[in-house]
Amino acid sequence: MTKPILEAKGIVKELGQGAGMVRALKGVDITLNPGELTLLMGPSGSGKTTLLSIMGCILTPTEGHLAILGQSTAGMDAEELARLRRRHIGFVFQSYNLFPTLTALENVRLGLDVQGVHGSAATERARAALTSVGLAHRLRNYPRNLSGGEQQRVAVARAIAGSPALLLADEPTAALDAENGQAVMALLSELARDESRAILAVTHDNRTLPFADRIVHIEDGRIVGEERKTPDSRRPPAEAPRSKKKKA
Amino acid sequence: MVLTLAFRNLFHDRIRLVVTLVGILFSIVLVAVQLGLYLGARKMIIGMIDNANAELWVTAFGAKSFEEAGSLDGRQRHIALSVPGVASVEPLVASFNEWRKPDGGATLSVVVGTDMPVGGLAPWNMIEGEPADMFRPNAVIAERTYLENLGIKGVGDTAEIGAQRVKVVGLTEGIRSFTTAPYVFMPLARARAIMGMTENQTTFYLVKLQPGAEAPIVQRALQARLSGVEVLTTTEFRDRSLAHWLFSTGAGVALIGGALLGTLVGTVIVAQTLYSSTKDHLNEFATLRALGSSSGYIHRVILLQAALSAGFGYALGMTIALIIIEASKNSALPIIMTPGLAAGLLALTIFMCAISALAAIMKVTRIDPAMVFAR
Ligand SMILES: Nc1ncnc2c1ncn2[C@@H]1O[C@H](COP(=O)(O)OP(=O)(O)OP(=O)(O)O)[C@@H](O)[C@H]1O
Ligand SMILES: [Mg+2]
Repeated sequence: MTKPILEAKGIVKELGQGAGMVRALKGVDITLNPGELTLLMGPSGSGKTTLLSIMGCILTPTEGHLAILGQSTAGMDAEELARLRRRHIGFVFQSYNLFPTLTALENVRLGLDVQGVHGSAATERARAALTSVGLAHRLRNYPRNLSGGEQQRVAVARAIAGSPALLLADEPTAALDAENGQAVMALLSELARDESRAILAVTHDNRTLPFADRIVHIEDGRIVGEERKTPDSRRPPAEAPRSKKKKA
Repeated sequence: MVLTLAFRNLFHDRIRLVVTLVGILFSIVLVAVQLGLYLGARKMIIGMIDNANAELWVTAFGAKSFEEAGSLDGRQRHIALSVPGVASVEPLVASFNEWRKPDGGATLSVVVGTDMPVGGLAPWNMIEGEPADMFRPNAVIAERTYLENLGIKGVGDTAEIGAQRVKVVGLTEGIRSFTTAPYVFMPLARARAIMGMTENQTTFYLVKLQPGAEAPIVQRALQARLSGVEVLTTTEFRDRSLAHWLFSTGAGVALIGGALLGTLVGTVIVAQTLYSSTKDHLNEFATLRALGSSSGYIHRVILLQAALSAGFGYALGMTIALIIIEASKNSALPIIMTPGLAAGLLALTIFMCAISALAAIMKVTRIDPAMVFAR
């Protein structure tokens, strides 16, 4: 049995204060296993982004327990959480969040720099990451000179350059057209073949479903259902041929 | 990458960069000019005192400055010479007197009468003639930069001081006068004659100490033995002259106030631009934080941005300040730049930028990395 990348139990999150206080998560249990691409689906306001932020150690839960690679996050301060993020977690945002004054290569290098990878080692790894997302020919472009799909691929390269165990993406395709959205999802599902990595993507978009190994449904702050797309091929035997691009 | 990011953030918004640099430049130039004027004024005011080879000055009671001191009589000299620790006591005469130009018209000058003893004052920085030339008949030594004020062309020209005919036999360069009344050097006898002093009268006695004698002890002994006079150390007389010309007239307060104002305005401009730059890049800083950067990493970006501004601003500001200083060389009040002032201005620039960075850092400390998910 592989050890989970992430384990969350009884997560409750209250947002806002006083009368405006919202209980965005009402007791969520979720486990992410290596080698899986999980899609988190649910209506607007159901708590997807909140859950993703907690899994990514950006928000701390009001109640409940979270462990990344078996390490509990309880009692960690902001700096310790930041260290956990830079060591183990990669993020892809809906609006890319690239640095407009840096080239594609520099954007990826900056992500590595934060992790303490500098110099030519960083350049090589950044180049490799950009090549793996199909942007070897766009290294020197600034974000404004890249299409939305290309920008999101730079963001994916930045997220994976440090080989994080956990990759979290909040609606990575929402700002993209169908074709670019498909390309980014294909990239994520490709990355999920790495047996040491778990990927979770929040999505609204039904066209992303074919790429998932597993789909988790959330409504009103609670997990209300879960489907495994190709249960037989996934586990146990990890060496079984994958067929996740086949429609369920 | 921190440097790259700081650099790009800085150059990303050119207009803001220009505003930042103008702010720093403005401060540096203003502070350099104000403090440079102060140093220039100071040098002019204490020039005579610093160049006189004496440890103690005996002055009439309540002497305000080198140019404005009452007269002493000759008896004091013998008493002073008998005080233990005193090596020599030499008279020095100084007073405002009217200089009548050869072509008519008059201007105020400061007559400095000295026989150039070892423990006394002699003209320095001579560019024409020699100090001893003033012992020739009617001879005086004047300052090159004031030739125009004195209404003469140079060595060989004649004028009148009081009722005395004088002839310029030598020129100094750079002995400027804070009051703008040019200093004119001449022997004691000629100065006394111009001022209607008797043979024994003087304005100051310059006291030189014997080796090993301690100035404060001799000063007290002299003060006890002499009546109706004040005995000042060189430092005390210098401070008194500075206090008189710079502070009782308000000139020094204005100069230092101007320097403070320059610092304040510069700091506000730099702080404002750095803060607004940080605010503009807040999303990026939140992204950095979400990607797991330590807060120290983000602070380094901001501090480097401030340091780069400081570096560019200082280079520009000093260039302009030096141009202004060069241009002021022959004005009534030359501005002075010293290595100390240059270093002080650099420290000031760094201080301004550091203070400015503080506000930006405080802003960035409060960012919530969760804002990266907002759209
Ligand atoms: N800072 C906040 N203060 C108060 N309430 C908040 C805050 N952020 C989110 N909420 C509320 O928490 C709930 C969950 O929000 P969340 O952003 O997680 O939803 P979501 O599933 O990501 O929605 P969407 O699909 O629109 O992105 C919503 O009801 C939202 O209004
Ligand atoms: Mg959301």
